[in-house]
Amino acid sequence: MSKLVMTVAAAALVGLAGQAQAQEKLKVGIVTTLSGPPAVLGQQLRNGFQLAVKNMGGKLGGRDVELIVQDDELKPDVAVSKARALVDRDKVDFVVGPIFSNILIAIMKPVTDTGTILISPNAGTSNFAGKDCNANFFVTSYQNDQNHEVMGKYAQDAGMKKVFIMAPNYQAGKDSLAGFKRYFKGEVADEVYVPLGQLDYSAELSRIAASNSDAVFVFLPGGMGVNFVKQFRQAGLADKVKFLSAFTVDESTLPAQQDAALGFFGGANWAPNLDNPQNKKFVADYEKEYNAVPATYAFQAYDAALLIDSALKATKGNTSDKNALRAALKKADFASLRGNFKFNTNNYPIQDFYQVKVVKRADGKFQTEIDKKVFADYTDPHVKECPLK
Amino acid sequence: MSTSLLIVQILNGLQLGVLLFLIAAGLTLVFGVMDFINLAHGVQYMLGAYLAVMFYALTGNFLIALVLALAAALVFGLLLEFTVFRHLYDRDHLEQVIATFGIILFLNQGVKVVWGAAPLNLPIPEIFSGTVVLMQGILYPVWRLVIIGSGLAVGLILYILVSHTRVGMLVRAGATNARIVSALGVDIRRLFMIVFGFGTMLAAFAGVMIAPILSVEPGMGDSVLILAFVVIVIGGIGSMRGAFIAALLIGLVDTLGRSFAIDILRLVMPPSPARTVGPAIASMLIYVLMALVLYFRPAGLFPARGR
Repeated sequence: MSKLVMTVAAAALVGLAGQAQAQEKLKVGIVTTLSGPPAVLGQQLRNGFQLAVKNMGGKLGGRDVELIVQDDELKPDVAVSKARALVDRDKVDFVVGPIFSNILIAIMKPVTDTGTILISPNAGTSNFAGKDCNANFFVTSYQNDQNHEVMGKYAQDAGMKKVFIMAPNYQAGKDSLAGFKRYFKGEVADEVYVPLGQLDYSAELSRIAASNSDAVFVFLPGGMGVNFVKQFRQAGLADKVKFLSAFTVDESTLPAQQDAALGFFGGANWAPNLDNPQNKKFVADYEKEYNAVPATYAFQAYDAALLIDSALKATKGNTSDKNALRAALKKADFASLRGNFKFNTNNYPIQDFYQVKVVKRADGKFQTEIDKKVFADYTDPHVKECPLK
Repeated sequence: MSTSLLIVQILNGLQLGVLLFLIAAGLTLVFGVMDFINLAHGVQYMLGAYLAVMFYALTGNFLIALVLALAAALVFGLLLEFTVFRHLYDRDHLEQVIATFGIILFLNQGVKVVWGAAPLNLPIPEIFSGTVVLMQGILYPVWRLVIIGSGLAVGLILYILVSHTRVGMLVRAGATNARIVSALGVDIRRLFMIVFGFGTMLAAFAGVMIAPILSVEPGMGDSVLILAFVVIVIGGIGSMRGAFIAALLIGLVDTLGRSFAIDILRLVMPPSPARTVGPAIASMLIYVLMALVLYFRPAGLFPARGR
């Protein structure tokens, strides 16, 4: 009896091994934030990528895909060990992620030093766009400064005289306000840095009211933005002061902000109503699958999957010739959900940027919609320092 | 720095203080009377907010949602007391801290499983949703005034309960020396349960009242928990009066510090370093205050007698 079992098991094993040789799966590791309040952003990333794989029949570039999703817990040390495990133990062909810039900086070397391709569907720090740019690193989102620059340009073009600007007291917050001021040349009523994770903005709101500004520009991602937007509306400021923002009113926070955010502005490279057939299908599919309106995190992850698919089609599924793979990725030969998309020499996108506005849809859900194009074929300012050709 | 801005900021500070008092009141009772460190107190605040969102979605009425949320929070708190906390009263503080920290992790993850990771929203009741003109050009949201009012009312009720009722007398006696109270024939376990349930409800009440202002999200209790501990340490552990005064003090110092630190620093240094140093000093202020209080009065401002 036991002999029989052994034989069957051995036969099964041989069969499995044979199958594995016949069609080796493409392994993609996802590093994203799935715990704590920012989990809602990380889930959008994961969902966007999974949806793309599903829509392409579980394959990328003709190869079956095995997805390995890792939670970075928004802790750089955790992210490094998980990224190492993906590269060394799981031998993934691509790593896709993360959401946050500090995680990106942490996992950059462990992933790209082994020749594995890292694709960021969100974080795009200035150092990797400039002097630290990397041939194995591709960005399907934006360079971090850009969404803030969009709002600065808008405020400048709209002839605003006085703007109150505010961001959390950490590197990305300082970069944000610097980005805004690069284009806005009017008077800055006050430049306020709040502790990261601040919940109650009553003190700052009183200052905004007292400053008699034309507009306020804030970068308050996640829960901070939810709180600020609600309190801004409650303080009766929405009718007097224009609300400009980046990463503060988007589809990940609107379910909690709802009517409080109506008519508020943001700067973005995309919105759910961007008019092209592939985007319409994406938004409809995403809402059907996850019962939520997709935000930029989801669309950028979807584009990352399209990018991998296009490159593998060009190399006929081959991932071992890294030079050919990198060249194929760089062509960006896919129909991006944002339409106009190509890579610059530093592997960051050249794309359009829009001023977006929060609206309530006929079905009662909230989303951002494109109000006007602010930049066309916009490149980041750091590319000059990048030695890549 | 105009007078009107100062008045508005004082109101903001009061509102934060009142909120902290609601949370700290339960914490100081449980810590003072039962000598039990309950880190999970902040989670009960979060739970109050989540329950209110859920019941509001079901009933569409804020008041009914408030009552149902308080009742449900009470039931859940007693369930926790019965299943977990009861077994920890005789253990040392380290074990209590570890066990209740486990509850935090468990419940933070739990609400994410039940309600999702995305922040939720509880609207302000219609009649309180407007703003009032405090003075020329300065608007103030009515709901924040409601929070201040209801917090002060709860403070008054607590004062009457603790100072002028038999249960309150036992609670005060328990905070002073639980063993003697027990030896005098009082069912101390039942007293503990009443105190615990009441503390849970106060934390949930704070959660419901703040939910229309803040986003309701997993982990929202963790940040207020630290502030609540600062409050009870400054006020004196087990002292309701201490918790009240210390909560208002913390609320005012934190709010006024955040809004005026930069202006004050600008008087003595150039604007650019003032802008960098100001926020750092502002977020340190309450901890500096705590250190000072502990240096001069190690048992807090109003120590419960007999400790």
